[in-house]
This record gives sequence, C-alpha cells and structure tokens, in this order.
Amino acid sequence: MSSILNASQLDASGRRIVVDPVTRIEGHMRCEVNVDEQNVIRNAVSTGTMWRGLEVILKGRDPRDAWAFVERICGVCTGTHALTSVRAVEDALGIDIPYNAHLIRDLMDKTLQVQDHIVHFYHLHALDWVNPVNALKADPRKASELQKLVSPSNPKSSPGYFSDLQNRLKKFVSGGQLGIFANGYWENPAYKLSPEADLMAVAHYLEALDIQKDIVKIHTIFGGKNPHPNYLVGGVACAINLNDTGSAGAPVNMTSLNFVLQRIKEAQVFVDQVYIPDVLAIAGAYKDWLHGGGLASQNLLSFGTYTQVPGDKSTDLLPAGAIVNGNWDEVLPVDVRDPEQIQEFVSHSWYRYADETQGLHPWDGVTEPHFELGANTLGSRTNIEQIDEGHKYSWIKAPRWRGHAMEVGPLARYIVAYCSGREYVQEQVDRSLSAFNQNTGLNVGLKPFLASTLGRTLARALECQYCADTMEDDWHALVNNIRNGDSSTANVDKWDPSTWPKESRGVGINEAPRGALGHWIKIKDGKIDSYQAVVPTTWNASPRDHKGNIGPYESALLNTPMERPDEPVEILRTLHSFDPCLACSTHVMSPEGQEIIQVKIR
Amino acid sequence: MSKDDGMTPKVLLLGIGNLLWADEGFGVRCVELLNQRYRFPANVRLMDGGTQGIYLVQHVQEADCLVVFDAIDYGLEPGTLKQVYDDEVPKFMGAKKMSLHQTGFQEVLAMAELTGSYPRELLLIGVQPEELDDFGGSLRPCVRDQLEPALEHALTYLAQRGIEVHPATAAETSLGPQPLQLDLYESRRPSANEACRHGDPRFIRLVSGEDSG
Repeated sequence: MSSILNASQLDASGRRIVVDPVTRIEGHMRCEVNVDEQNVIRNAVSTGTMWRGLEVILKGRDPRDAWAFVERICGVCTGTHALTSVRAVEDALGIDIPYNAHLIRDLMDKTLQVQDHIVHFYHLHALDWVNPVNALKADPRKASELQKLVSPSNPKSSPGYFSDLQNRLKKFVSGGQLGIFANGYWENPAYKLSPEADLMAVAHYLEALDIQKDIVKIHTIFGGKNPHPNYLVGGVACAINLNDTGSAGAPVNMTSLNFVLQRIKEAQVFVDQVYIPDVLAIAGAYKDWLHGGGLASQNLLSFGTYTQVPGDKSTDLLPAGAIVNGNWDEVLPVDVRDPEQIQEFVSHSWYRYADETQGLHPWDGVTEPHFELGANTLGSRTNIEQIDEGHKYSWIKAPRWRGHAMEVGPLARYIVAYCSGREYVQEQVDRSLSAFNQNTGLNVGLKPFLASTLGRTLARALECQYCADTMEDDWHALVNNIRNGDSSTANVDKWDPSTWPKESRGVGINEAPRGALGHWIKIKDGKIDSYQAVVPTTWNASPRDHKGNIGPYESALLNTPMERPDEPVEILRTLHSFDPCLACSTHVMSPEGQEIIQVKIR
Repeated sequence: MSKDDGMTPKVLLLGIGNLLWADEGFGVRCVELLNQRYRFPANVRLMDGGTQGIYLVQHVQEADCLVVFDAIDYGLEPGTLKQVYDDEVPKFMGAKKMSLHQTGFQEVLAMAELTGSYPRELLLIGVQPEELDDFGGSLRPCVRDQLEPALEHALTYLAQRGIEVHPATAAETSLGPQPLQLDLYESRRPSANEACRHGDPRFIRLVSGEDSG
C-alpha cells in the first residue's frame, strides 16, 4: 500500500467524523477524518488543542533548576525530560559527567522505557484489541491450554488461576459503580479475539500492574525517590559506597545494587514470557489489520540512544539516523545543531512567524501564539464543529527534518537500527516476522509488516526486551567500575555560575519512550535566555506545513477501513500505537465520570 | 492478606495534580505545607503524587487509610472545599481515552479495587478550581484561601483516628525540588500575555488582550 505524503492527494468530500475529548479538562487532542462510501478513511486532521508554553515559564530561571520544571511537563514521561534538560545544560557549559553517572542515567532511562512500554501496552493499547466483557464467557480450562500454547514457560497458566480471575472479574463488573468496562465499544465487530484470549489478556493486565511497580523501584534507589526522581547537572544525585564504613547509609551500596539486579531479572522474565508472546498472539489474531503505517514506510527519525562509550554516538545501541522517501537502504546522518536539518514551521499552527514559508531551528525558535480559524471552519470560535485544515488548525508546531515530516518513536528507532545493521535488532525483528508468518500462514514482507499499527506495537515490545536485557550489562559495568575504585557520581567543577561563560548555548537529546526528544537552551548571565523543547508528539501529531506535507498521525490514519464510523475503534488503535503524549493536567476528580471522547458524524 | 494484620495502619497523605497549571497545583501544595509544618508518626507517609496517574496505584494499594488532596469538578462555586468519604469517592475506568496521560485518579482507584487491595478508609479533600488553563500560573486567591481549611480537615481526620502530629522544629527534607516550592515558583512566573493565559477560546473565557483574529 503506497503512503500518502501530501495534502494534495487527500479526498475530503466524504462524511466527516470528529473525535474530540470534550471537556476542557480533557481537551488536548482532537482528530477529524473523512470516510468514503465504503467507510475507508480518505482524509485525516490531527489537532493539538492545548497551548503548552514551556518556553516562557523557564525564561529567566536558573539553568540548574530547569530539570525540576520540565519533570512536571508530563506526569508519565517525568525522568526523560529531566534527563534531556540536564544534558542540554551540560552541553552548553561543557560539563563531562563521570562514567558511573552515565551508567546510572542509562539504567534509570531504561527503567522508564521498560515500565512505560509495559504500561502503555497493557493499560492503554490492549483494550483496542482485547474485549474484557467477552472474557466473562471464557472457559477457564481452554484459557489455560491457550496460555500454555503461546508461552510454555509461563507458570501462571492453571485452569484455577483463570477461573479465580474470571470470578473476581464477574464480581467486580456486577458490583462496581459504573463498572470497569462501562466505557468501551464492546459490541463492535472490530474485536476479534476468542473469549479465552480475552481472559488471558485480562490476567496479564493485572500482572503487568504488579511488575511495573517493582521495576520502578530502581528509580527510588538511584533517584532518591519515586514519583519524581532527582536529577543533577553534572551527574547523578546519589552517593555510592560499596564496602567502606558507612555503606549502610549510602543509597547505592551492594544491598541496593543487588535489589536492582533482581528487579531487572524480573522484568526480563515478564517481557519474555508474557509481553512478547501477547503481542505476537494479538498480531496473529488481527493478521488482516496491517493498516496504519503511514509515514513509517517512508520517513523516520532517531536521535540515537544508549551510548556505550561516553561521547561517541557511533556506539549507540539504538543509533541515530534518518530515512527519507522510503529508501530503507540508506540511513542519513542527523545533526541536531544544524539549522538546515531541524526546523519548525507554523503555517498551519496557531503561532505567528514573520515569514511562515520559513522554518526556524529551535535555537532560534519563536513561540508567539496566534489563534485564528480558517474561513471554512464550521461552528464558532468557542465551539468548533469542523476545523478548516486549509488554515491554521493546531497548537502543535510542524517540525521537519530537511523539510520532511518524520515519524519518531520505538518503530522509527527500530527501523533505523535494523537498516543500520544492528544485529540484535535484526535478529529480534526477523524472528518476530517469521513467527507471524508461521502463525498466520501468510508471507508478509518486512516493510508492510513493520510499517503498520501492529508493527509499531511490536517494535515497542521488542525495544522493551532490548532495554531489560541490556540493563543487566549496564549493571555489571557499573559494579565493575565501582569495584575498580571509581565512586564518583558528579562533576561539580562548573557548578558555580561564576565559572560559566557570559553566553552559551547547548542541546540535550534523548530517545524518550515516545521518540526523539530535544531541548535547546541558551544561557546568558547565568540565567535561561531561551528554552525550546521539541517533543516526540510534536513530530508525530504534527499538522501540515506550508508545502502540504502531512504528519505521521494524519498519514497513518489514511486508507483504514472502519467497521462503524460512529465507534472509532480503528482510529484509537492507530493513534494509541504512537502512544500520544498530551498535556498532563487531567487529574481533576469529578462525580459523573470522565466522558473521555465524543464522536460526531457530519 | 490483610495489610495491617492488626498492626498500625498505613496512612498515605497524597497530593495530586500538576503544579504548573494554576489551581491544579492545590493538592500538591497541601502536602507541601503539611510537610513543612508538621512531623508525623512513622506509619504516616506524605507524597507529592504529581500527575503520575497509573503509576500511583501501588501506593494506593499499600495504604490502609488514604487521604487525597486534589482539585475536583463537582460543579461548585470556585474555591469551594468539599470532603468526600469512602465509597462516595468516584472510581471507574475508561477505555476510550486518547492517551495514557488521561488516566485520572478515578481510574487508579478502580484498578486498585480490581486487584483486591483497596484502602479501608478513604477521604478526598477537594477544591473546586477557578482556573486550570494557566500554564506556569499559580493558585488563584479563592483556592489559596482553602489551603488552611483543607489542612485542618486532614488533621482533624487523623486525630479522630488517634494519629498525633507535632509541629516541625527543624527544616524537613522537602517533598519536591526546592525551586518548585510555592514562593520560589511564584517569584518568577511569566505575565498573562507571555503565558498565553488568555489561551484558546474554545476552553478559556475571553479576556482583554485576546487577539481579534
């Protein structure tokens, strides 16, 4: 299936479907699509509905404090923004961090990656494929047989385990307030799993809840606490003391390091025995659903991560690189400092530039809000019934790499790594593809398999496995380094602002759970002069640009058939596969229940 | 498995919300103040839960008695304080949410219940916010005025359960990073125009300075 890259190829003549979180406390993202007479999506419009002015709240603050603020941008991503922020400041001031700090940061970052991927799959995305109401009809003995088939090494597979769970579920559903499952499209034929597979998945939903809380305890060891672990410009905020007097009081001693190793091993077991088999089982059951690729077959970007030799990006486990125009045979080098490479455009965003045919590199970024609706908007300024995508239509800017809209995230990292010849990744992907073809009797090629909604979901699971595996390597490297006499965790030579240049600028990059993340900072007279963050969801949820290039969300929704346009399971499936990151202010309690989305057909 | 086994019950005082979004910061500010002013017995834990959503579930599961401070939407006058007890506290799940980041605390409670580990006693101390969509802003006066009454309610509730608190005599380790504490946070916040506090008219009422485009 060829991907559509430009707005000129779209057909907006069919029925319009609007999916919008309705209340203002939930209102962060809206999606409109047009479907043709066969209910196939032919036009898609992604709108970020919330201003998020990180840039302005950091201006004038102490650069050494920025991590604490950015850690609150997002409740789920916390540490990744903090890490990227301290990297930006260290880059600006020329601070090298100790090797222990490098390893501990990677361990903390991978902990987040593992936890976040597991929680994303089981507690957000699985319900796009799994029907928990259907699980009530399951035969626990058959569920047990199925579990043994898909994951022979998983010990939690007895009929009693599944019947206990089913009973608990029945009790819960009948006794609950609105009930756990009141809020879904459970009658929709888009759900294809057997009741037994649904019951198995519900069991793993609960197991995943347990494992995520254990793995994140690693943050408490190295970051002092969780939620909101501590970060430090120049290193990490934890003292190491393995054997000397007083080691019992140090946060990092042999006892706590052994605790960390145990958590890593538990995560490995869960990913190998539960997560990966579940994703492959779902892919097999939805074998006809290779929709949702969009830009994934065409344009992909990774900043690279998990550098093995500090300072040498060529040793990244998941390498940096860009793929454009669908040419998987060539991975292009990426330089986040180059003003020609990364630019943000605003011709379709609610901001104003002097010349909107030009993009701005984040160091020269301008964030001047300008809310204005196009003439073809239906409704009013305060109640938009249909957005005019020919004009400005989103609070998200349009970042481009050498003019191309790019998909970022686990799938982008995996395709870039695969095409860069990373053997571990190639082996994982090839093994998964052959399992898929064997289970389904199909003969799907690499590109259509990976460049899909299911491919995106699979890449996240494989990356979770890679991180859990290599955390053990990092752990050994850390213990060896400490045993060799190095207990340094922070470089404070340039802590004092009097040692700083009058003006400096830097960039911090990372591959966050959701994709390429960059923070660009300018420091002047010891204070933050400007701060621009380009976050993964900015790339993926990007609106169009002045040349009509469409972004990953919009592209991925195209050509997808919908079972029932008023029940947008398919739209949610594909958007969820990107793991959207939206502003986190959604925790206000209300008695009626959250009406999470509203769907309107025009 | 009983959590307390007849032993001292575990109490969690949990503030939730995003302190970057004006009145959303109410819950976090409540526990920040409690931590600054009082010393609690070892079975009482204070937590700045931020907007961690699902990632708070283990802390809810571990608590025998949970006191949650948060902004609430009960359709009340802005600045109204409300206490909600035990089963009256809403809990439910949503499958239709767009993002993991929409996991509300209701969902966390529902998950804890599904796993069979739910606090025996639960108190929600909530305030109806005036303004949420002010990124980088702080508590509005009517909400700030409810900080003291909210603390009073919590201390009374604890006292009824035989939990004594003592005034802090020395500075305690802060719950969150110092630059985020209320006074430092507010000292450098941007102006309404810089922060786009007039914002998106679909969600935010129009104020002067709104662009006429």
